[in-house]
Parts: sequence; structure tokens; C-alpha cells
Amino acid sequence: MTSLLDMKNLNKHFDGVRALDGFSCVLDEGEILGVIGPNGAGKTTLFNVLTGFIPPDNGRVLLQGNDLTRLPAHKRAQLGIARTFQNLRLIRRLSVLENVLLFFKDQPGERLSNLFLRRGMCRAQETQNREKALSLLQQIGLERKAHDPADALSYGQQKLLSIVCCLAADARVLLLDEPVAGIAPEMIEKILGVIQDLPKQGKSVMLIEHNLDAVMQVCHRVIFMDAGAKVSEGTPQEVRDDPRVIEAYID
Amino acid sequence: MDYLLHILILINIYVILAASLNLIAGYTGLLSICQAAFCGVGAYTAALMSLKVGSPFLVNLVLATIISGALGTLVGFPSLRIRDDYFVIATFAFQVIAFSVMNNWVTFTGGPMGLPGIPQPVILGWDVNSHGEYLLLITMLAAVVLWGCHRIVHSPFGRILMSIREDETFAFSAGKNVAACKVLVFMIGAAMASTAGVIYAHYISFVDPTSFTVMESIFIISIVVIGGAGSFWGPVVGAIVLVTLPEILRFVGMPSSVAANVRQILYGGLLVAFMMLRPQGLMGKYAFGKGGATQ
Repeated sequence: MTSLLDMKNLNKHFDGVRALDGFSCVLDEGEILGVIGPNGAGKTTLFNVLTGFIPPDNGRVLLQGNDLTRLPAHKRAQLGIARTFQNLRLIRRLSVLENVLLFFKDQPGERLSNLFLRRGMCRAQETQNREKALSLLQQIGLERKAHDPADALSYGQQKLLSIVCCLAADARVLLLDEPVAGIAPEMIEKILGVIQDLPKQGKSVMLIEHNLDAVMQVCHRVIFMDAGAKVSEGTPQEVRDDPRVIEAYID
Repeated sequence: MDYLLHILILINIYVILAASLNLIAGYTGLLSICQAAFCGVGAYTAALMSLKVGSPFLVNLVLATIISGALGTLVGFPSLRIRDDYFVIATFAFQVIAFSVMNNWVTFTGGPMGLPGIPQPVILGWDVNSHGEYLLLITMLAAVVLWGCHRIVHSPFGRILMSIREDETFAFSAGKNVAACKVLVFMIGAAMASTAGVIYAHYISFVDPTSFTVMESIFIISIVVIGGAGSFWGPVVGAIVLVTLPEILRFVGMPSSVAANVRQILYGGLLVAFMMLRPQGLMGKYAFGKGGATQ
């Protein structure tokens, strides 16, 4: 396995709170890496720094050796780092299908000049993207809801949809922020199944989750974070047995 | 008969202004109160060019869209750094500056006296001089603007605009260059609005600053909101309703001095009534503004 995403000595302070305190780690290719830790440990801040929504105070983020630290959020998304949000963002007034369509990269119809001068090309690509989007939705059993507004989906289905959006973006790295929090058990199994399949499609995953059973089930490696720093790292079993982790979770 | 044609011409002018604002405010969610200023830029470009240079209508039209588009880009830039109420104030500032320039740069714009004697347009040998011909011309232009809007909103680009309105963060996470799209839509909206100004200047044959005040911008917003922000036909329906409604006051025998004030009350009352009873407007599906992300 080769390292895909490199996080080097990331620091981020908010008004005296150390959200990230010299955090370093590596995400390998084809790996599912779990990030656990108490609330306020800096897990979501880490995702925000990786995706460019928050600039780090210092430290670097490298994707296959290329420094991303100064790139804006949309550029990083284009380079293949996709994310979902803890408080679930989707566009509820747009249809399920359109939410997915938004994520395709380099759409010719997104350029104004093409819209008026190369209509055929735009339409052909749009038709192709629609088919791709529908087949992605079919894989997770949402194709019958494709034309409903995203708002009409259940919470679990919305979480699934947000993962499908990352797939439409053709991302290599998926950062999933609490993909199974607050979801019915059978839906959890379904989402975990989708996540487990991601490495087979050439994707690498980093996921934040409080549901330890889910983390143990899908993650190859787990990092335990507290106060913005890495406390423990290893296989799910090793981390689970680490006294510092046990202590934090019993508190 | 000419009266009826005049009303139809006015409706078409407002269709263009409201449709262009609908792109910016209705679809992208950037409330802007300077659409009348862009219309004024078009009108003054046409007036100055035909009076001082003697350039033909089509040249004025193209030049106006370029100048107004460039100014629109400038006004669009603050939208990258400031949001919501603060952005509204920035557009308001542009509206005030534009009016001040028209009103005070007397040697160039004629100041409060305006610029009279703008010639009638001749387009490739077609001499536009009757109300009917003006109506034909403005209807063609409105059709082109609506066609452009239709193509933009029903496209992947339009999808980005709507995603910006609903949730900018989400649009960023989808890898969209939100900043570039915002500036671009402002440029297009400004350019479109200026074309209405160009025809207005030639049609009335006189421009003065009072036609492009902040009140006028608010009237255009009213058309968009009452018609239905973010709906394709909203600006058309809104323009028809808001331009014809006050004309009814003429037929109930109200003296014009009273009618002018009643008109303002009518607009204000309508706007409040719509906000309370039908916030999505006549044609819209959703209330003005952002729906937000799913929670």
C-alpha cells in the first residue's frame, strides 16, 4: 500500500482552543481509516482542514505528494477529495437525481460559452451523466426516488445519497463525517456495506464515527483523537483495548 | 391604441429587467438593489453614443451590454467576501453612486436636465418609428433575453446557481467554483438589464436620472418577488400584473396627482400582502431566498 493522503503536523487554534495540535497521519490507498474520539477532539476540524473549508495555522496536506494546503475547497474537491457533512448537507429543493448530477466533474454545460455555442456537446454529456447518476442510484436502491426532492428521503437515505454524490464526483478519497449516526439499524448495515465496498472501486475512506461497533466492523485501521492530537493508532482491536481509549469512553 | 401599445412596451421592458434580476436574485439568491442602475447604464450609453458619436442602434446595444457587464462584474466582486444583508448594502451603494453620477456630472450626462433628442433607431435599414414597431423590437429583445435565461437555468450552470442559493458550502464541496459563478451571473444580469435601458432611451428619446432611482430598483424586485422568484415565468407574470394594475387607477377617474401616490401605496401593500400570504409569488414554488440544506 502506498500513501495517498498525507497530513503533516497540522495545527489549528480557535480563540485559544486547540482544535488540532500537531496532528499527523497518513491515509493509504484502498484503506478505510476510522477516526474516533470524544466530542470536541477536533475530528470535524480535521476534515474541514483537509477539504479546505478551514485553513490550518500551519502544517501541510499532501495528496499523492502534491501539496494542497493552499488550494481552495472547490479545487481540492476537483482533485478527488470528497466529503460528507455531519449535519448532512444536500439540496432539498432539488431532486435526488439533480443532487447527484451536481457532483460530476468538468461538465461542459457548466461553462456559459458552451451553453450557447456547443449545445450538442453539453446535451450529450448531460445525458451520459444522467445515465451514470441513475445507475449509481440503482446500486443503492434509490432509483425510484430519483425525481423526488431530496427532502422526501428518509434520514438514512439522505446519508446514503451524500455518499453517492461523492462517487459521482469520482473522488479517490472519501471523508465521511458520521455516516451512520442517528440511523435505523437495518439502514446502518446497508450504509456500512456500501462503505466496505469502496476500496474495491479504488476508493480510500476516512470516516468519523461515534458508533464503535460500526467502526470495528468496517475500518482497517483506527485513530483515536483527543484534544486535537493523535492519542492512539492501530488495528480496531488494538485501539479498542488501549487503556487511554477505554478511559476516554468510560468518562 | 398607442396607449395600449405603450403599456405593452413598458411590460416588455420590465420583463427584461425582472428576468435579468431573477437570474441574480431568484436563481442564485443574491439580492441586488441596483438593477435600475444597470438599466440606466444602458440608457445613458445609448443616449451619449447616438448624440455625441452618432453610432447606430446595434452598436449602442452591443456597447451597452459590454459596459454594463463590466460594471456588473465589479459589483459582483463584493459578493465573494460579504453575504446577505451586507451584500444588499453594497449593491445599494452602487445604485446610489450610479444615480449621483447621472445627476451630478452635468457636462457629460446633462445632470438633472437629462439628455433630450435621442434619435429613433434604424436597424439594418429598418426605421423604427411607430409604437407598433417599437413593440415588435422590444418583444424580440425580451424573447431573446428570456431564451437566454431559459437556456442558462435549465443547464448544469443553472444547477450550480441554484446550489449556491440553497447552500454555498455544499456547492464548494461539489467542487464548484462558487466565486466565478457568482461574478459571472452578475455580469450576465447586468448586461441583460442594460439592453432594456438602450431601447427605453431610444423609445422615449430622452433620458434623465429620475428613471433609474433606487425606487425603480425596488419596483423591479417587487416584480420578481410578486411574480415568483426563481421561477421562469415569474418575471413575465409579475411585469404584466404590476405594470397594468396601476393603469386601472386612471380609469376610475382618480386625478393623476393622487394616482401617483396611490400607486406607491398599492405597490407597497401588494408586496406586504404577498410576503404574508403567498411568499412564493404568483408563479413560484418556493418563497424567496434560500431553502437551506437538509437538516
